[in-house]
Amino acid sequence: MRFAIPLVVLVGLLALFVVGLQHDPRELPSPLIGKAAPAFDLPVIAFPKAEIPPTRMTTADLKGKPKLVNFFASWCAGCQVEHPFLMQLRVSGQAELVGVDYKDADKDVRAWLAQRGNPYTPILADLDGKVGIDWGVYGVPETFVLDGNGVIIYKQIGPMTAEAWETKIKPLLGKAS
Amino acid sequence: MRYRFAAALFFSSVLGAQAQVTPERADIPLTAAQDVQFRALLPDLRCLVCQNESLADSQASLALDLKYEVRGLVASGKSDAEIKKYLTDRYGDFVLFKPPFAPRTFLLWFGPALLVLLGVITALAYVRKSRKSAVPTPAVDAEALRKLLDEQE
Repeated sequence: MRFAIPLVVLVGLLALFVVGLQHDPRELPSPLIGKAAPAFDLPVIAFPKAEIPPTRMTTADLKGKPKLVNFFASWCAGCQVEHPFLMQLRVSGQAELVGVDYKDADKDVRAWLAQRGNPYTPILADLDGKVGIDWGVYGVPETFVLDGNGVIIYKQIGPMTAEAWETKIKPLLGKAS
Repeated sequence: MRYRFAAALFFSSVLGAQAQVTPERADIPLTAAQDVQFRALLPDLRCLVCQNESLADSQASLALDLKYEVRGLVASGKSDAEIKKYLTDRYGDFVLFKPPFAPRTFLLWFGPALLVLLGVITALAYVRKSRKSAVPTPAVDAEALRKLLDEQE
């Protein structure tokens, strides 16, 4: 009985530490979840062949089907990690991927995609990273999950994984559609 | 020679991890008052990449971009509150070093004081309890004591 209170405090603290230590301090919750995707108007990188005249895409074009908006770059290491899984999503037709090439050179991203394959339809070019800022991107790769109304329902920070796809995103998309 | 090559390799790999397209941008001109505002604002804003550095200190690519944005907002006559809102709308409260004072942050602001209060209450309760249960000092039997002392002598 004498130790009841200290024991409760100890167990409480341990629980707090277990929860606290599992948090990744680099993962910041996005204030954009539940809100409409921020407006943008970006040039489309036609791949493999450049299109003349070049086309553009805006936020309105995101509506319709649920989509993944994936911010990536050819210079980004995490993007190489997630690339095979994105290809898998594309090939199996499980998701439509919009790629936003973040602060990248046109020839670099073309070489990157030519070597690894292109999971995106379409690829947009955010040359100066301004759209990235509007979307609250602070480190590629980041993937936003949008429902059919163009509302952000989830944000994956860091490489997309099969686990995140199965346990978090798929259930959300099931609810949304 | 080999060292120079290794150094070149090292630096190219470090730089390779950075964004390769950093458009050359001239600094947006500010008036003297705006410059003061800009300089005062930066230390309060967090670099999202190198989380314990402020925008004033950080040289990360995103920090430079954000600095440029903030500079643009200052130049267009936005107030500190408007600029902070611009950033928190995108990145959340974490971008501010000083969290806002709102119901959702009350635990953060009052938590430490609550813990101290809890500690004081616990300490007081403990002291009071131990005082109450203290064994009363046995009354000294003066006669017996004197006898004892006499025997000693």
